[in-house]
Amino acid sequence: MVGTTVTDETQMQSQATVVPPRLEVAEARRGVDEDFDALPSQISVRHLDFFYGKSQALFDNDIEIKRNRVTAVIGPSGCGKSTHIRTYNRIFNLYRDQRATGEILMDGMDLLSPQTDLLDLRRRIGMIFQKPSPFPMTVFDNVAYGLRQHYRLSRSELSDRVEEALKRSAIWDEVKHKLNEPGNALSGGQQQRLCIARAVAAEPEVLLMDEPCSAIDPVGTAKIEELILELKSNYTIVLVTHNMQQAARVSDYTAFFFQGRIVEFGPTTQIFSNPAQKQTEEYITGRFG
Amino acid sequence: MNGRRSQATERGAGGAPLGTVAQSGRKAPALRHRSVARRKAVDLIVKVLAWIGAWFGIAVMAFVVWEVVVRGISAISWSFFTQSTPQDVTSTSGGLANAIVGTLVITLVAAAIGIPTGFFGGIYLAEFGRNGRVATAVRMIANVVMGVPSIIVGVFAFAIMVKPVSHYSGFAGSIALAFIMLPVMARTTEDILNLVPNELRESGLAMGAPRWKVTLGVVCKAARGGLITGATLAIVRVAGETAPLLFTALSSPYWMSGLFGSGGFFGGPVANLTKTIYDLAGTPYPAWQSLAWGGALVIIVAVLGMNLLVRLLFQRGKEW
Repeated sequence: MVGTTVTDETQMQSQATVVPPRLEVAEARRGVDEDFDALPSQISVRHLDFFYGKSQALFDNDIEIKRNRVTAVIGPSGCGKSTHIRTYNRIFNLYRDQRATGEILMDGMDLLSPQTDLLDLRRRIGMIFQKPSPFPMTVFDNVAYGLRQHYRLSRSELSDRVEEALKRSAIWDEVKHKLNEPGNALSGGQQQRLCIARAVAAEPEVLLMDEPCSAIDPVGTAKIEELILELKSNYTIVLVTHNMQQAARVSDYTAFFFQGRIVEFGPTTQIFSNPAQKQTEEYITGRFG
Repeated sequence: MNGRRSQATERGAGGAPLGTVAQSGRKAPALRHRSVARRKAVDLIVKVLAWIGAWFGIAVMAFVVWEVVVRGISAISWSFFTQSTPQDVTSTSGGLANAIVGTLVITLVAAAIGIPTGFFGGIYLAEFGRNGRVATAVRMIANVVMGVPSIIVGVFAFAIMVKPVSHYSGFAGSIALAFIMLPVMARTTEDILNLVPNELRESGLAMGAPRWKVTLGVVCKAARGGLITGATLAIVRVAGETAPLLFTALSSPYWMSGLFGSGGFFGGPVANLTKTIYDLAGTPYPAWQSLAWGGALVIIVAVLGMNLLVRLLFQRGKEW
């Protein structure tokens, strides 16, 4: 956690007291004077095109996702934000008529190649969805799902790691007495943090977040944003959001998508204070979208 | 600034004739009201029709149950559940125990064959085949088979299970019933799995779990209440079937004796409730007719009981 903190957990404070301090935090942290090109890339996307059946949804996307940074993906509805990040873990492969061409490189390997092992890829790249989707099992089993899937662990190691993941996802104090209750008995915001814990537990390198707060109330949103800032030190995060304040608050780099193209990509501060493209400016100032 | 404004004007003028009208200040004509009294009258008529329909259905059901209970209750006794079908008109004892056991065995074997097959068939339709050519064909065939009269299923089972070996068997009856259950279970499974939101499938796959694991461990688990209800309803659907058994299990006044041999499950006719009811009800002997009513009562109570049990067990499992 960077700088000032928000008194955490349980007692839900009013939104007014929670949000403003974070904005300051974000302001201070957002001043990015680092050398973009010198930072190690986690994922490099080159010439990515995407098709839903015959209709093309992404056009020639190029982007560098930097390691241990939060990259926000913004843009109006239907611009391809979600489609774009859904290519990173190849989740679109669930649907027959969806197809991606181009290259998505991670450690020099092309993720789009048919040789890629999807199970291992998805261990390395975790994903959080718009709607909290706890599995129909206990809180504990939810978090243990990925661990059991990918690692051989003794029972005590397993429960240590579950606890660790829940702590890292800032939800441990709220669920430590509810580990054996069904995951979908939690509140929406808690469910979403449970899903984050579930993804984090499997030790991924990248976390893809597809509008993780869109179904969450403001207090829950504040907690998740806080969490994103914390997780950044261990994971590379790609955050799709239609909430520009959120992008400004938590991200280091921002990509602006419009009609399937990446119109502009750069440090968040620059995108929001001095965008190079007219379309970007119009969008972030709320004139369209 | 200028550029933007001209763009906006262009859009408004080109795309929205309504806006132009509004701008010119022309007033829309006053709205004429529709008769409230008429709407209320129609509302009342529809309500009454629905009410009559509902109560007519319930009344007929209640009448059937009442009649069966009144006539059947007197046949229910200890010997009813312990003795086999009487063969001697003069004997005062006799029960339906052999038929109850036979029906249980035939139905359970049918369920053991029909439910898993239908379940996996439904998984194929919902999860893997989806809108592919094979799945579309399978789905259509399942719909057709569900509409086939059960006596035809009986004749079919007779042709493949009875004719070649030249004897009836309880197993042939199970096959006939399983054949009826299969499409019911497959389509029910498909419908229920389709209710599970895709986010859950994606979340499972996004955890790096293989497809089968997500399907069985997450999707089916989320839908388990509906799946168990579906399976129970499939059993209930065939538990009272008579026609498919006419040509297959036939019936028998004796106890089923083991598996093979002329009295066994695989070897010969097996007593069952529905056919026995049919046989006993057709006799001129009041005591036997009474047994038939008793058998009818047992079937109704069992079917009703299973329905209620499922409802009670899965009342809260309605999330999906």
